[in-house]
Amino acid sequence: MANAFTYAGYATAAWLFLIGLYGVVTSRHLVHLCLSLTVIQASTYVLFTVIGYRQGLPAPIFTDGIKPGAAAVDPVVQALMLTDIVVEATVVALLLAITVRIHRRAGTADPNSVNIMQG
Amino acid sequence: MQMAALPVVIPLIVAAFLAGAGDFLHRRALDVIALATSASVLGICIDLLSLSRRAPIVYWLGGWQPSPQSHFPVGICFAIDPFGAGLAALVSLLVLAAFTFSWSYFESIKSLYHALMLAFLAAMCGLCLTGDLFNLFVWFELMTAAGVALCGYKSEESQSLQGALNFAVTNTIAAFLSLAGIALLYAETGSLNMAEVGSTLATSSPGTPFLAVAFLFVVAGFLVKSACFPFHFWLADAHAVAPTPVCILFSGVMVELGLYAVARIYWVIFAGSPQQLHHGVRTIFMIMGALTALLGALFCYGQRHLKRLLAFSTMSHLGLMLLGFALLAPAALGGTAIYLLGHGLIKASLFIGAGILLHRFGSVDEYDIGRTGRHAIPIGLMMILGAWGLAGLPPFATYFGEDQMERIAAAQHLGWYPPIFIVVEAMTAAAVLRFTGRVFFDLGHARSNVTSGAPHIHMKVETHGKHSRVPAFMWIPMALLLVGAMLVAFPLRHPAEHYARQFQNPKIYGSAVLQITQSQAAAGPKLHDENPDESPSTFWSRIAVLLAMLGVASLGLFTRSRVASLPKVLAIAASAPLRFLRPLQSGRVGDYVAWFAFGIAAYGAAMLLLLR
Amino acid sequence: MHRPRLVLFFAGAMGFVCLFVFGFTPLRHPRDIRNRYAQQINTRTFAERNITDAVSAVNFDYRGFDTLGEEFILFVSVLGSLLLLRMEAERKEGILMDAAERSRDLGASDAMGLWILAMVAPKLVFGIYIVTHGQLTPGGGFQGGVILATAALIIYCGKGFPIFRKMLSHSAIEILEALGAGGFVAIGMLAFLWHRPFLTNVLPLGKAHELTSGGTIALISLATGLEVSAGFVLLLYAFLQETLTERGED
Repeated sequence: MANAFTYAGYATAAWLFLIGLYGVVTSRHLVHLCLSLTVIQASTYVLFTVIGYRQGLPAPIFTDGIKPGAAAVDPVVQALMLTDIVVEATVVALLLAITVRIHRRAGTADPNSVNIMQG
Repeated sequence: MQMAALPVVIPLIVAAFLAGAGDFLHRRALDVIALATSASVLGICIDLLSLSRRAPIVYWLGGWQPSPQSHFPVGICFAIDPFGAGLAALVSLLVLAAFTFSWSYFESIKSLYHALMLAFLAAMCGLCLTGDLFNLFVWFELMTAAGVALCGYKSEESQSLQGALNFAVTNTIAAFLSLAGIALLYAETGSLNMAEVGSTLATSSPGTPFLAVAFLFVVAGFLVKSACFPFHFWLADAHAVAPTPVCILFSGVMVELGLYAVARIYWVIFAGSPQQLHHGVRTIFMIMGALTALLGALFCYGQRHLKRLLAFSTMSHLGLMLLGFALLAPAALGGTAIYLLGHGLIKASLFIGAGILLHRFGSVDEYDIGRTGRHAIPIGLMMILGAWGLAGLPPFATYFGEDQMERIAAAQHLGWYPPIFIVVEAMTAAAVLRFTGRVFFDLGHARSNVTSGAPHIHMKVETHGKHSRVPAFMWIPMALLLVGAMLVAFPLRHPAEHYARQFQNPKIYGSAVLQITQSQAAAGPKLHDENPDESPSTFWSRIAVLLAMLGVASLGLFTRSRVASLPKVLAIAASAPLRFLRPLQSGRVGDYVAWFAFGIAAYGAAMLLLLR
Repeated sequence: MHRPRLVLFFAGAMGFVCLFVFGFTPLRHPRDIRNRYAQQINTRTFAERNITDAVSAVNFDYRGFDTLGEEFILFVSVLGSLLLLRMEAERKEGILMDAAERSRDLGASDAMGLWILAMVAPKLVFGIYIVTHGQLTPGGGFQGGVILATAALIIYCGKGFPIFRKMLSHSAIEILEALGAGGFVAIGMLAFLWHRPFLTNVLPLGKAHELTSGGTIALISLATGLEVSAGFVLLLYAFLQETLTERGED
C-alpha cells in the first residue's frame, strides 16, 4: 500500500529539485549558486533512497543478529548514492574553485556580471 | 577477450600514473606516453569494431555473467556493437590528433593536461561501450568534470572562467535530471542494465505518460550535452575559451556522444513501447532538430571569432543529425552515422586550423587578423576544403550521409527536409568561406554588418616556440583528417545501414546481453523501412547548396560593392532576426538554466499532448 | 530582476510539476519487480563473498566498475581544482610566508590548540577503522577517506597554515592520491593474470567477520580510502592557499 512516507518522499525530491533550480536561476552570488546545485544533488539522493526503502525491513548489514540472506532494504541504491555524495562534493569543489577565481579576477561574485562573451 | 575493457582501463591507469609521476618526467616523455596510449586505444577500438560485426560483444566486468537460470544481470556489462566501437575509434583518433597538435609546443602545466585528456578519453570510450544505465551516467559525469577542468585551463583570463562556469552548471544540472530519470526506470523495473530494463518495460507496460516522462528525463542530460535547442547556450561560451586540442574533442565527438546516448537509450530501452510514444518522439525530435539546425546556422554566420563560429556550426550540424535520427529508419540512421563521422573529422581539422591561426597570428578574430593571414595560404586552402565538406558536397562523407537522410525523408514524404538541409549547410559553409576569404585571400574590405554585436574576444596565445612558422605537427594532422573525411565513406556506406539495422533491433541486443534466445527477447517497433535507392537523387539540392554557399559568402564579404544593392537588402534582412535573437545568448548562467527548465517542460508537455 | 528569466523559469517549473506527477504516481505502490536486484544481492552476498556489508559488496565488487569511474571523477575534479587555483611558484612562496606570519588564523588560543591537536589521533584511528572495516559494518573507502581528511583540517584549525604545510608535504600527497587511483585500476587488472574479466575478485576470500574477508574488496576499499583522503587534503591545500593569499594581499 502506498503510504504517507512514499508520497512525502517523492514530493520532497520534486520540491528540492525545483527549489534548487530556482536558487540557481535567481542567484546573485556564485557560492549561493554552487550550494543550490548541492540542493539539486540532494533531491536525487532522496529520490533514490525512497525508492530503495522497504517497509519494516532491516539494513543490509548481515551481522549482529540479521541473518545472512534475510530480506533487507535495497543495498544497490545505497551504494550508488554513497559514492555519489562524496564525488559530487568534489565536483562542487571544482565549481567553487571557479568561483574563487572569478572573484579574484573581477572583484565580484555575482553570476549576472560574468558575461563578458555575449551574442 | 579481455580486450573489451582496455579502451577504458588503459587511459585511466596511464592518467593516474602521469598525474603522480608528472613532476619527474620530461615533456617529451609525457607527449610520447600520451600518443602511445591513444594510439593503442585506437587500435583496440578498430579491432573491437571488426569483431562485433556479426553480433554484439558482451563483456561482464567483475565476471558477473547472469546465471543461466535467472538471466538477471547483477553486474555491469559492456555491450559493444559496431556503432559503439566505431564511435570509440573516432574518439581515440581525435585524441591522437589533439596530442599530435599539442606536441611540445602547447603549454602544458606539469602533466595535468595529459592526465586530464586521457581521463577524458577513457570517459568517452566508456560511454560508447557501456550497457548499463548508471555506468552511462558515471562516464557522463567524468566527461563533464574533465571537460570543465580542461575548459578552464587558461584560468588567468576572465572569459575562460565564464566558459567553464556555464559549461559546468548547465551540464551538472542536466546530469542530475538524467539521474532522476534513471531512478524512475529503476523503480519501475528493478534493474540498471539497459537490456534488462528494455525487456521488462516491454512486458510490464507501465503506461505511456510514464514512459514519456522517464524517456525525457533520462535523455535530458544527453540533450544538453548535445547542445540541442534550447539547451545549447553553453556550447559557444565553452568553445570560445577552451584550448584548441580540447575544442577538437568537444566539437568532434563530445557533442555527438550525446546523440549516440539518446539513440542507444531509445532503441534499447524504449523500443518496446506503444506506438504513440514513437510517434511523439519522432515529432519532438523533428521540431528540436529543425530549431537547433536553423538557430545554429544563423548564429554561426553572425560570429567573428572562429572558434565560436565553428561551435555554432557544430550545433547546427547536430540539428541535422537529430533530423536524421528522427526519421527512425535504418537507412537514415546509417546515413546519420556516416554524417557524424565525416563531420567529426572535418570539424576537428577546422579547429586545428584555428589553433594554427592562433599560434601563427595570435588571434582567431576575423577582423583582428585582417589580411596578415595571406602568409599562410595553404592553411586557407585546407579550410576551404573543410567548408566544402561542411556543405555536404562530394567526396566528403557528409555528402553520403546527408544523401541517405534526404532520400529517406523524401520516401517518407517530408518535403521540408531538403530546404532546411540546404539553408543550414549553405550558411555554415558560407561562414567559414567568408572568414577564409577575408583572412587568407584579402577579399572584402568592409566589415559585414551581420557580425555587429558578435563578441570580440581577445585570446592569449596557448603555444610557445617560433610563431613565424607553422610546425609540421600542426598542419599534418589537419591535412590527414581532411583526407580521412574524404575517404571514410566509401568502405563504410553500405555496412552502415546493416549496422544501423542491428542497432535498432532490441532482439539482437537483448538476446546477446541477457543470453536468451532471440524469440524470447522483446521486439522493437515497426520501423519505417524505406529503400533509399527508390527515391529521387539529391543532385539538384547539392547544386543549390553550392550556389547558396558561394552567394551567402559573397554577401558577407562584398558589402560595399556597387553591384550589390539587391543583395544588400537581403543582407539587412538576414541580420534582422539575428539582432533580435542575439540577446538570448546573454552569457549569464541564470538565463541558460531558466531556458533549460522551460525547454524540458515544453518538450514534456508537447510529448504528453501528442500521446492523446 | 530579470523579469523574462523568471517568467521562463516559472513556466518551466509548472511544467515540471506536471511531469513529476506523471512520473512519480505510477511508482507509489511497492512492487515485487522493484525488488529483484536487491533480493539477488542480499541473498548472494554472504554466500559468494563472505561479506556482511552488502553495500560495500555492491560498491567494490558487483558494481565495482561504477565505483572506479566515480573515483576518477573525484580524481579529475581535484586535478581540475588544483589547475584552476594554481599560482606561479615564485609568487606563491613569498606571499604565503608573509600572509601566514601576518594573519592570525582563526585566533586559536594555546589551550584550544592543544585540545584540537589531541583530537587528531582519535580521528585518524577512527578513520582507519572505518576504511578497513568496510566489508563488515557500514563504512568503506569513501566514508573513511573523508574522515581522514578532516583530521588534516583539524591540524590547520589548531595550529595554522605554516604547521599544516610542514606536516603535510604537497608533492607526497599528490603521489599518494595517484597511487590510490592507479591502485584501484591495478587491482582490477590483477584479474587479467588469471584470464578473468577486469575487476573480478581473484584473491582468497578469507573467513567471514574478519578483516581479511572479501578478497579484493578490502584492498579496493583501502585504495579508495587513500585516494579520497589525499584528494580532499589537496583540495584543502589549494583553497587555503588561495584564501591566505587573498587575505595577505589585502
